Amino acid sequence: MTETATLRRTALHATHHSHKAKMVDFGGWDMPVQYRGLIEEHMAVRERVGLFDVSHMGDIQLRGPNSLAAVQKLLMNDASKLQTGQAHYSAMLYPNGTFVDDVVLHKLGDNDYLIVINAGTREKDVAWVRSVIGGMTGVHVNDFSDYYTQLAIQGPKAEATLQKLTGVDLKPIKNYWFTWGQVCGCHNVMIARTGYTGEDGFEIYIPSDEPTSSRVWGEVLAAGEEFGIIPCGLGARNTLRLEAAMALYGHEISDTLNVFEANLGRYCKLDKGTDFVGREALAKIQADGGPSKKLVGLEMVERGIGRDGYPVLSLDGAKIGEVTSGSPAPFLKKNIALAYVPIAFTEVGTEVAVEVRGLPVKAVVVPTPFYKRPKITTPPITAPLS
Amino acid sequence: MSYPEKYKYAKSHEWLNIDGETGIVGITDYAQSSLGDIVFVELPKVGQQIEAGSTFGSVESVKAVSDLYSPATGTVTEINEALNSAPETINTAANDTWLIKLTLTNTDDANALLSATDYEKFVSEETGH
Repeated sequence: MTETATLRRTALHATHHSHKAKMVDFGGWDMPVQYRGLIEEHMAVRERVGLFDVSHMGDIQLRGPNSLAAVQKLLMNDASKLQTGQAHYSAMLYPNGTFVDDVVLHKLGDNDYLIVINAGTREKDVAWVRSVIGGMTGVHVNDFSDYYTQLAIQGPKAEATLQKLTGVDLKPIKNYWFTWGQVCGCHNVMIARTGYTGEDGFEIYIPSDEPTSSRVWGEVLAAGEEFGIIPCGLGARNTLRLEAAMALYGHEISDTLNVFEANLGRYCKLDKGTDFVGREALAKIQADGGPSKKLVGLEMVERGIGRDGYPVLSLDGAKIGEVTSGSPAPFLKKNIALAYVPIAFTEVGTEVAVEVRGLPVKAVVVPTPFYKRPKITTPPITAPLS
Repeated sequence: MSYPEKYKYAKSHEWLNIDGETGIVGITDYAQSSLGDIVFVELPKVGQQIEAGSTFGSVESVKAVSDLYSPATGTVTEINEALNSAPETINTAANDTWLIKLTLTNTDDANALLSATDYEKFVSEETGH
């Protein structure tokens, strides 16, 4: 096992082994891909609650009187709209409008921002942040990636599970908002109603020492036991995010794909009033009539599973694009895929084919997300029996 | 993990159960466990000739595709149709879930395969535990 010695580990590495998790190399990290079974873990999150170790994610803090100006220059969304305690989806772009990485930006306070970044792009991202805002005064960049163990508690019973471990009232925390409070005896824990599963849930940021990390992990599992919580690996995380049609760096977004192609224009504020890296190129693409290809959702119609990298064909057999992520969808019980196709093929209902090991298998363009969680409705007040 | 003594094993993780001239083929407990939740099985047609060591189909889990290699040469006489609707039975009972039945061209093919003990040793060497 000499190879794994070079892989990075989270503070919960020993804990994962004690659960007999199957481990994989994910962006240079030795991470659990599954514990008991991918489908079981996926369904736990859709129907009950699941716990993920996502400590491999990175955290960059920008502080100082010019931090808003720095964030506005660095990221495509409009950070001036954020209130303290609010987060939003955004991205760092190259000058040509392609992706350095997608991120979640949190406004910790005035002049204080936290950017949560992907694991596989950590060093590149930190170097990029420093190069973009290096010349600016009044902003200080800190890489806090190794300071936090990040746990994601996801599913319809996530709130009930976490509520048992904190005095903070979780109910008023809206989607993509966060607060701080005591969790499992740890002070000032950031508690964010965010996630990457398409389900309701929380991400908490606790100290990254091993004893605290494994203790909190165990307490969350114990608190969730009555709701049927199970630990979940990156395998389920991937199928959950795919059902919710959320982008994964290196698949739907990369340094060769731009914001409009990736269908993420709604998070890109060309008119936010300040320039940002990538803005000029994107404005030109828009002025020239938009991109020539786009990301769409596909559902396999014939028997077969379209997977990452498989060619997409027109019905007359010409190669028109490529699947970026494709898998059986455990909750939807369909074979789904995200794929880039020319604009002429993007309309919902368009029939195409995915080449599965040399043979064309029919698929159809469907709306995304494939899965949308049901709105929480208050149970009707039933009239007392008279 | 369990590997029945009466089966013979290929290093590509299929088992062969020889019953006279008939060879019955499945995948090993180790194979199903490494694949994870199996959701799709693609099998050859009855009557098809297959060569020892050549691919005769594939098995897919949620996250991976794995080719199936025949442990023997022969003609396909039967395929397990039940796997179209219930591929997950391979996960729950790999040793009892057959994929195809063959009329063996040469029953000596089995001599090139591993015994249960040797296969178990091969797996532990391959995985390092």
